[in-house]
Amino acid sequence: MTAARTKLSIRGATKHYGAVTALADATLELSEGEFLTLLGPSGSGKTTLLMMVAGLVPPSSGEVWIDGKLATYAPPNKRDIGIVFQNYALFPHLTVRENIAFPLQMRRMAPARIEEEVKRVLEIVRLPHVAGRLPRELSGGQQQRIALARCIVYRPSIILMDEPLGALDRQLRDQMQLEIKELHGRLGITVLYVTHDQEEAMAMSDRICLMNNGRIEQIGTPQELYFRPKSVFVAQFLGESNILDATVRLAGETVTLAGPGDMVLRGRGDGTAMPGDAVKVIIRPERLRVLSEDEPAENVASGTLKETVFAGGVTRYFVALPDGPVLSAKQLSTGARKEPQLGDTVRLGWSAEHALVLPQREART
Amino acid sequence: MSGAASVAAAPPLSQSAWARAWPIYPLLFFVIGIFIYPVAQILILSFFDSAGHFSLANYARIATTPVYLQTLIITFEIAGWTTGLAMLAGYPVAYLLANSSARMRDSLTLLVLMPFWTSFLVRTFAWMILLGRNGAANRLLLSLGIVDEPVSFIYNFTGVMIGMVHAMLPLAILTMLSVMQSIDTNLVKAARTLGARGGQSFWRIYFRLSLPGLAAAGLLVFITALGFFITPALLGGRRETMISQVIIAVIQELLNFPFAGALAVLLLVAAGIVFYLYDRLLGMSTLSGGASASELAVRGASSAIARAGAFFGERLIAVLGWLSDRLGDLWDRLFPVRPDRPHRGISRMILWIVGLLIVGFLCLPSLFVIPVSFTSGTFIEFPPQGFSLRWYQTYLGSGNWVNATIRSFIVAGLTAVVSTLLGSAAAFVLVRQRLFGKVAILSLILAPLVLPRLIIAVALFYLYARLGLVGTILGLVLGHTVLAVPYVVITVMAVLKTYDERLDQAAWSLGANKLQTLYRITLPQIRGGVIAGFLFAFITSFDDLTVALFVTGGSTSTLPRQMWNDLLLQVNPTLAAVSTVILVFVTAFVIAAEMLRRRASARAG
Repeated sequence: MTAARTKLSIRGATKHYGAVTALADATLELSEGEFLTLLGPSGSGKTTLLMMVAGLVPPSSGEVWIDGKLATYAPPNKRDIGIVFQNYALFPHLTVRENIAFPLQMRRMAPARIEEEVKRVLEIVRLPHVAGRLPRELSGGQQQRIALARCIVYRPSIILMDEPLGALDRQLRDQMQLEIKELHGRLGITVLYVTHDQEEAMAMSDRICLMNNGRIEQIGTPQELYFRPKSVFVAQFLGESNILDATVRLAGETVTLAGPGDMVLRGRGDGTAMPGDAVKVIIRPERLRVLSEDEPAENVASGTLKETVFAGGVTRYFVALPDGPVLSAKQLSTGARKEPQLGDTVRLGWSAEHALVLPQREART
Repeated sequence: MSGAASVAAAPPLSQSAWARAWPIYPLLFFVIGIFIYPVAQILILSFFDSAGHFSLANYARIATTPVYLQTLIITFEIAGWTTGLAMLAGYPVAYLLANSSARMRDSLTLLVLMPFWTSFLVRTFAWMILLGRNGAANRLLLSLGIVDEPVSFIYNFTGVMIGMVHAMLPLAILTMLSVMQSIDTNLVKAARTLGARGGQSFWRIYFRLSLPGLAAAGLLVFITALGFFITPALLGGRRETMISQVIIAVIQELLNFPFAGALAVLLLVAAGIVFYLYDRLLGMSTLSGGASASELAVRGASSAIARAGAFFGERLIAVLGWLSDRLGDLWDRLFPVRPDRPHRGISRMILWIVGLLIVGFLCLPSLFVIPVSFTSGTFIEFPPQGFSLRWYQTYLGSGNWVNATIRSFIVAGLTAVVSTLLGSAAAFVLVRQRLFGKVAILSLILAPLVLPRLIIAVALFYLYARLGLVGTILGLVLGHTVLAVPYVVITVMAVLKTYDERLDQAAWSLGANKLQTLYRITLPQIRGGVIAGFLFAFITSFDDLTVALFVTGGSTSTLPRQMWNDLLLQVNPTLAAVSTVILVFVTAFVIAAEMLRRRASARAG
């Protein structure tokens, strides 16, 4: 398989606002047809990065290459990009047809072809009947699709989307996620997507770039980020995690640790842990099993059952260990079987492979 | 029969609605008695002769005397030019205000608000100092050798234009600003990313969406300018006589109320025609500003004129966009944009320079009266000779001036108290209660803002002459309250709209009665807005010349009235001292009011 063409390349992009660093040394590549999501809490720099690609925020340093051309300080209209804004930014005084025709008129396309193209994209977003309406006469989901249509009509190199589903209600959002994903696959467009919703990011993306405090924490496929987080922040941001403090006893492929209290744990390390290091151990709740009596496991912790939360298909157990930490375990609900009662002593078990050992870092501020 | 049944069932509900609206009644009766009734009377009077029979003689006289028609034409000419220039100069400033950081916007807005409230008289006087034969501008030009003899800036059309554009600019800017602030900044960004150059994205998107603001500003400026008399009287020549000046002369020299009424009707009809054309072209809803205004419906324009206007308008905008972009191309060819290097926005820089020059034009002239007031010489001149307080001594030593000052403070204080009580009570009802005909009632209360002040003044004079209120403080306070109450209503309504009514409900549920809730919960929260309304009312009265011109005289003059007399007779440095005093007071009041208003709405929001 040949390597896909690089559509976007960001090298060492940095943005300062006075003393505040909104984005520090971001480096990122986006291949043709890829769907990459910038994910992070608010203030993490993801929108700054997006606006930099759009040419609406000039970087303090670093370079932006679009489709093999240097575009760091090129004006937005010379970049061959398209943006779907959070509030859609449909021109309120123009009809749907005129909105979609706008980028084509700016490119001096012949009126007859414009008419054809507008019809084509309206078919693609399945809204051919709204061409004559004004944006305010459309529902939220329809506005969203028209904003998308206005973007794909001129076939830009990259389409940027800034929290495009943020204004929609839950059900519509799920539906639009599928539609955008389907359009992405069908048209082979390259998408740089911004969201703070981890589920949305995991559901839609080929790769996720997780950001925090103006820095890129980790770039990888959703599976990589979920199963092999490189930092405690990544583990906490994507999905749920139990986090235990521990000290390394024996290094190696499988690390032996002194856990909280007098527990001895075994986990999977990244090879950097040295004996004596203070580390964090990450275990996903769904990897913890409630053990039956005498059932063996690589790691075992016993504690008191504090709370049981039944949520239909799954049940969560919160188990307090003798010296403080509370572990959360998620199991498929069993229904008929005898359930442990509050206050019972419960044994939790997990395999070493699912206990991820990460170096303890000072939280960055 | 069923109709009668439903009528019988309805009263309890509507009765209680009308009863609950009682706080609005004092203001309503006041406005009807002191505003609607006298204005209607003076207008109706124009259709009767001196014997009390219906007659069109007054109108026949206007139609057959060329000088009146000529005055009307000149009035339109002056108002038209003023409108065009004020919109042209106001647009860049409004654009800057709408598109700069919040901090910058706040301080720039204050700079625009200050002249909005500063006395027309003081500002006009400042232009006389600056542009007179021996004024600062001529001195500068002479000393630089640019001209050999003084240029005639004033007592001609140029002078009137400078004065009137200066007077109308703040109104134009603030009106355009309210629409521009509702334009989503992402739209221009979107246009840019969709491939539009700066010119196209500005003209086709931003300018197009700001058009309702431009139109509303044009209408308000034009209507207001039609009623002007201070500026043309002081800065114009004989040719620049506007219709309001003729009305004043007819009253003061002939005491011919029916004929003055006929001229007033003429002025109103002229304004009405402008309103009508505006409505046909753009729709009245655009006047209220806000988001709905920016969505001026393309298809909503029903009439043929409107469609033609829209068609040519769109073409014109496209051409303007194209022209700006070719200009941009030319610039880019001279100084190519490089993708590897940051570039300065040259157009933004030009915009700032132009904007700040216009703000300077707006704010600086008034400041010239301050140094002049400290001259030790006998004449007004710039730069002033030496330094002395002699003109302040003259001011404070003159019984006329001191009495006028004291009277102005008393009248303004009473006006502010009455306006605040009447206006706040009405504002509560207007914001919180469902009321039949609310829009009509609000328009009635706000009408004195739009109706030429001179017509109100003449009407009050006629009313007071029969009631014996001419020359009394009571008469002046009542008249000023008509002018000031709209500001209180607007300000208090704005604060109340952001006030969370659930706080009151919480207070009731905790055991407070309505009065306790009002005093302990509601008023402390909206205090800033109420005080701001009080201060705006104070300034409105303190600054008024028009009503004072008719209902005061001789020993009962207010400060502006006294100034007006002196300005017409003998311009001397005492006026500069008085102007400085007015300037300082008004500035302090405006800043205080504006700060309070902002804090109040920030907290409530």
